Amino acid sequence: MSSPIDLVVQTISEKINPIDVKVINNQIEIIIEPRQIISSFQFLKDSSKCQFRQLTDIAGVDYPDRENRFEVVYHLLSFKNNLRARVKVYIDEGSAIDSLTSVFPCANWFEREAFDMYGIQFNDHPDLRRILTDYGFEGYPLRKDFPLSGNVEVRYNEIEKKIVYEPVKLQQDYRHFDIQSPWEGTTYKEEEQDGNGGK
Amino acid sequence: MAESKTVTVNFGPVHPAAHGVLRLILDLDGEVVERADPHIGLLHRGTEKLIETKTYLQAIPYFDRLDYVAPMNQEHAFALAIEKLMKVDVPKRGQYIRVLFSEIGRLLSHLLNVTTTAMDVGAMTPITWGFDEREKLLDFYEEVSGSRFHANYFRAGGVHQDLPDGLLEKINDFCISFPKVVDDMETLLTENRIFKQRNVDIGKISKEEAVDNGFSGFVLRASGVPWDLRRSQPYDSYEDFDFKVPIGKNGDCYDRYLCQMDEMRESVKIMTQCINNMPSGEVINRDTKIAPPKRAEMKESMEAIIHHFKFFTEGFHVPEGEIYTAVEAPKGEFGVYLISDNTSRPYRCKIRAPGFAHLQAFNLLSKGHLLADVPAILGSLAIVFGEVDR
Repeated sequence: MSSPIDLVVQTISEKINPIDVKVINNQIEIIIEPRQIISSFQFLKDSSKCQFRQLTDIAGVDYPDRENRFEVVYHLLSFKNNLRARVKVYIDEGSAIDSLTSVFPCANWFEREAFDMYGIQFNDHPDLRRILTDYGFEGYPLRKDFPLSGNVEVRYNEIEKKIVYEPVKLQQDYRHFDIQSPWEGTTYKEEEQDGNGGK
Repeated sequence: MAESKTVTVNFGPVHPAAHGVLRLILDLDGEVVERADPHIGLLHRGTEKLIETKTYLQAIPYFDRLDYVAPMNQEHAFALAIEKLMKVDVPKRGQYIRVLFSEIGRLLSHLLNVTTTAMDVGAMTPITWGFDEREKLLDFYEEVSGSRFHANYFRAGGVHQDLPDGLLEKINDFCISFPKVVDDMETLLTENRIFKQRNVDIGKISKEEAVDNGFSGFVLRASGVPWDLRRSQPYDSYEDFDFKVPIGKNGDCYDRYLCQMDEMRESVKIMTQCINNMPSGEVINRDTKIAPPKRAEMKESMEAIIHHFKFFTEGFHVPEGEIYTAVEAPKGEFGVYLISDNTSRPYRCKIRAPGFAHLQAFNLLSKGHLLADVPAILGSLAIVFGEVDR
């Protein structure tokens, strides 16, 4: 008699033809092709053996060095089997994947967040607007190439009597401590950006 | 010639019943809500981005600032994620202290939420009683961590410090007196005609819809789904404790209120069991270099000084891997998806906040209800913008 988790893994590998299935820390990790996303999730949700009824979360991850830069990670929960699964899809910067809102209604905001934070496009999403960032925000803040301080800062301009956006001016440069070799000292941000409050 | 015409109303972002900074765009037909479009993100601070640039130790305080009415429950999820990736154990005493303070967090959250919601629908007294009790609980927070709200007390591998002398007795006294306060509060609300008129059959959601919409915690249980992570996927020592999981029937605002009240009673039970069975010993795992060395050791050992220096500058390294851990936070499933690349900083830390999923269904819940029901529904979902906006 095999355990429920093995049964689920076996069903998944037989039925949805994933790129890879493995069990890590008692959680199932499934990697699938972007084009089979809707059918796979429909199966995971409806099949009597899996019953992953709830989509817990969607997380984008950015690996700038990879060919397919973004990883979209869907977290599923099965109440019946008391199991969690994580489904991964790899896509590159230009392409879009199908929205899951037809299968799981709660994918709506999760996908909006992934779009807002990483610029991942979802096909057929009913309402793909930015969600967490400011109205009129530019850029995708959680990408690894987006600066931590952001690009603009906001203040109230007493002369124009309105809120204005300006490029970020830091009073002090960010210090990056190279902790791997503490004796070689710290490197400072490029000092050529004079006038930005740099030394 | 009565022609129906919708009026668009801006509810918030600064509205006392919005429980924070929520901007709701409401399309009203007379007084009836046709469509509700929550605009969130006004409290977005980029927590996930900030965590990517901090060491694991420096990242813990950010979790206090998510759901700031129950700070330690969030730290708990992060600590568990690191422990699972590093495969370290937590000493029994550390686990019990974490359970004790997680339950205190649950009380903090429910007390605030139930009483402020009651105030939104017209009951003034519960908030004064509830905040009195909250104050006592915050004193316990302060005694262990030095801080009333942003505790920064849980660590990977245990907790920061052992409990001060006499604290357990104080918490025990609280556990004896507190159920009376819950009973008193119930006499004001549970059978109160106005309170029932404002809550019964408002914001109803069925079992299936609740699951489909990603609900968790007491909001899911109020719809009749028996699911509690403390019971089904026990973490730390929750399997040692005897407690009930209150389940609702109708999934309306009133059942959500009742679930919270009952959960408070159960939390007190868990706290009492914690105090009575508190094991002795270490509070943090000291074998795996995820805790700083003891001060006394540093006086004698060069290695301890080096360890101390490296621990607080470079931080401990977490082996490569990824993990999703969830805890039963007061408001629902609070999850942390942590990706480590074998350095001392997380590569990615996705925070799954229960309030995000609950607020998403706000349109579904409020459709067809009156404008005056909007604050009641919002309150019953226990929305806190620290965690929704992150």
